Formats: sequence, structure tokens, C-alpha cells
Amino acid sequence: MNYRLKKTLRILTFAIILLGIWEGLFALHLWPVWLFPAPAAVGKTLLRGFSDGSIPVAILVSIRRLLIGFFISIVIGTLLGLFLAKNKTAEDTLHPFILGLQTLPSICWLPLALLWFGLNERAILFVIVMGTVLSITISVKGAISHIPRSYLKAGKMLGAHGFLLYRHILFPAILPSYIHAMRHGWSFAWRSLMSGEMLFVTAGLGQLLMLGRELNDLSRVMAIMAVIIFIGFLFDQTIFAKLEKNLKLRWGV
Amino acid sequence: MTLPSSTTLRIQHISKQYGRSSGHALVALEDISCEVSAGEWVCLVGPSGCGKSTLLHIIASLDRSTSGSIEVHGSIGFMFQEPTLFPWLNVQENVGFGLRMQKVDANVISQKTDTYLKMVGLSEYKPAYPHQLSGGMKQRAALARMLILDPDILLMDEPFGSLDTQTKEQLHEDLERIWRETKKTIVFVTHDVYEAVRLGDIIHVFSSHPGRIKTTIPVDLPRPRSSTEERFLRLAQQVRNELDNEPHDRV
Repeated sequence: MNYRLKKTLRILTFAIILLGIWEGLFALHLWPVWLFPAPAAVGKTLLRGFSDGSIPVAILVSIRRLLIGFFISIVIGTLLGLFLAKNKTAEDTLHPFILGLQTLPSICWLPLALLWFGLNERAILFVIVMGTVLSITISVKGAISHIPRSYLKAGKMLGAHGFLLYRHILFPAILPSYIHAMRHGWSFAWRSLMSGEMLFVTAGLGQLLMLGRELNDLSRVMAIMAVIIFIGFLFDQTIFAKLEKNLKLRWGV
Repeated sequence: MTLPSSTTLRIQHISKQYGRSSGHALVALEDISCEVSAGEWVCLVGPSGCGKSTLLHIIASLDRSTSGSIEVHGSIGFMFQEPTLFPWLNVQENVGFGLRMQKVDANVISQKTDTYLKMVGLSEYKPAYPHQLSGGMKQRAALARMLILDPDILLMDEPFGSLDTQTKEQLHEDLERIWRETKKTIVFVTHDVYEAVRLGDIIHVFSSHPGRIKTTIPVDLPRPRSSTEERFLRLAQQVRNELDNEPHDRV
């Protein structure tokens, strides 16, 4: 049996045991059904949500917001990080300010966003961007500042000046940190989005989750939670973890 | 092309100070003057902190002098103490990097890369990434990466400083052969007395605090030199004596 198959089997066994414990606890009737639903009930709600289209639509709405917010954050964060790394005055003044702002949980931007933009799509995008852009800025700035000077010197001696130095030395040198920053930024964006969606009502997974609460339907709450976890895990593992692993293999770090 | 006897590098009254404004100026280099002829191999020896490496950086315009002037006739290649191969490129791409910056045709780059990898004995490691190479192999690749641009003057900053003796000796032999074949001018910084006597036509011994050329010792031994010969050992002792009169690095 090869290693991969063995690993998959182990994970499957673990999942089955977890479900077994859950089912066992349910069978003991320690708590009322509406507070502690059976795994089968959650599964059924999940299936119903997919077949009536409510979950797929919510997923699409949420991911669309996430992608737009993430893209804006990447562009602004990268440019701002570059600026901070290359401008001494900005590094001394703006950088500590950004470090301070970054400590603010992204959902704290929501009241401000609602007053500025109203109850609409732009408010939620603003919350995503504010929750993501600063972390990307700080990472990009750090990555550029920590490029070994020897790479830059070697690049210059080999004729990489101006734009060429950026394109062929600076960018590839920060790429591992950059991907790490994106991975981090992505999880920040995902969290910000969910908090935003839960607090004011528009389509999306966060709202579906709150709807479950309002209907006192715990199986619905758990089903949506499972979807949210699964999507977060999927993006993190299939895109960012893979990119990071490939780079690490090549760099030998 | 410059004539073999002509001056390739003229260094005049170079000084370098750090922290001029604070009053506690650290004088790294003081009034360095010397000339290097085309095809000559010059070694700069001195205790660490004597500014020999700084001088090399100033010649390459990687650093600025406080005063003095440098005339360079020809192009410069620089080899660093650490291999500084780019970890995101494989050996072939690292060696071809300089030509790629000059927008040379890909086929030409590929051919030239093969030639220079062969010259340094790394033909079989074309697809390898830097982390897969030993220290000596990394420096061979860095050497090829510099040589492929065909610079007139090679500035080498303790390039073999971190290698074991055996690897070092092999690289000395290879570098000497390449130098003979390509007729490059070399300025070679080292703190290893044996390395300097093994390789240099002329040795400038530096003193530190402030960095100055203390003595210049010509090495008129036939090549390749063996460190077991009596004359070799005598010369090495002479260089060592000059260094020993130096106060060692003070904290």
C-alpha cells in the first residue's frame, strides 16, 4: 500500500470515528434535538440546500465578493508595500501607522463603512479590503526589506538595472514571502467577509448562517458552517499550500 | 583590446570614511594608490576590517569613496564571498542571467552557457538548483556566471573563503588555467596568506585602522606553485610577518 493511500485511509477513519462520536452523543439524548442535531439531519439540510440552489447561490455571491476584495487588496497592498520599502520617509512615518491600524479587527470598520457607503455591496468590499490590505502591505514591505543585499548587488553586477532589477531580482526574490502574504491575506479576507455578511443582510454564506439562527434551525447553522470551513480549507490547501510547496522544493528551503 | 603592458586599473588616493558627521569618523581606507596592468593578477591581503573588500566594492561602483579617483579601462566582473546564485533559477539560468539582461538571443545564450559550464566543470549540473550544489560547485557556477559576460577585469572578494582546503586547491588550479587561457586581469581579495602567494603576481599587504597598503610584495615564482616549495614558504612567511606586526582586530 503506498503512503498516499494509507494517509487518505487514516483521515477517512478519523472522520468516521468523529461522526460516530457525534452520533453516539446524539443517541444518548443529553440535549434537546433543536440544540444538538444528529449528523444525518445536518447532512439532509446540506443536501436540501444544494438541491434548492440556496447554498450554491450563496457560495457564488460570497466568493465573488471575496475575489473582488482580495484583488483590490493585492494591488493596493503590493504598491503600498513597495512604496514603504523604497521610501525612507514613508517607512519612518506611514509604516508604524499602518502597523497600528492593522491591530484593529476588520469588523470594526463596518460602522464606518455603513455610514460612508450605506447598506450595500461597497460597504462589504470596504470591510474586506480594510481587513486584508494592511496585512499584505506589511508582508510585502517586510519581504522587500529582507531581500539579501547580495542578490541585489549580484544582479547589478550582471547588468540588471532599473526595471530589470525589479522584474528579474526583486520580484522573484520576494515570491515565497509574497505567496505566503497572499495566503495570509486570503484568510483575512475570508474572515472579514463572513463577519460582514453576518452583520448586515444581503445574499451570501454569512447571511445564510444568520438565517439559520433566526429560524432556530441548528442543523442549518451547522450545515452552513461546514460549507464555510470546506471553502476556506479548499482554497488554502489547493491553491496557496501547493504554490508554497512547489516554490519551497525549488528553493530548497 | 588593451596592450598587455598597459594599465587597466588606476587607483589614486582613495579614502573611505564612515559616519563623517558624528565626529567619530571611522576611517576604513586611507589614501590607497596602486596600478594594475592588463593580464596581471593582484592579491590584496589583510586582516579582516582592513577595508580590502570595501576597496573592491568601490572599484565596482557598488560603494562610494569619500575622496580619490579610480580609472577603469575595460568591463568589470564581480565575484562575491557568498556564491549569491539566485535560488529561483537553475544553474543554466543563473549562468545565462547576464546575457539575458542584455537581451541576447536565446540560442546564443544556450550555446555560451554550455561553453562556460564546461569550462568550470559543471556541464552535468545544468538543471540543478543552487541548494542542490556543494559550496565548491556553487562558486564554480558563480564563476561561470561572471565569465560568460567576458569582463576584462575580475574582482574577486574572498570567493573561496568558506571552502575546505581540498576544494579550494582544485579551484585555484582551475582558476589559474582559466586566467591563463582568457588573459583576464584579476584583483583578488583574501585573508589567506597561502592563497595569495599561490595565486598572485603581486601581493598588496593591507594594514588596518585605518586601511592602508602597507607593503607590496611581488611573487616571482613559476606557476603552478606548490606550497611545499622552500621559496613559496619563505614568501608566505614574509607576508605573514608583515601581517603579524599588525594589531589584530580590536573590538
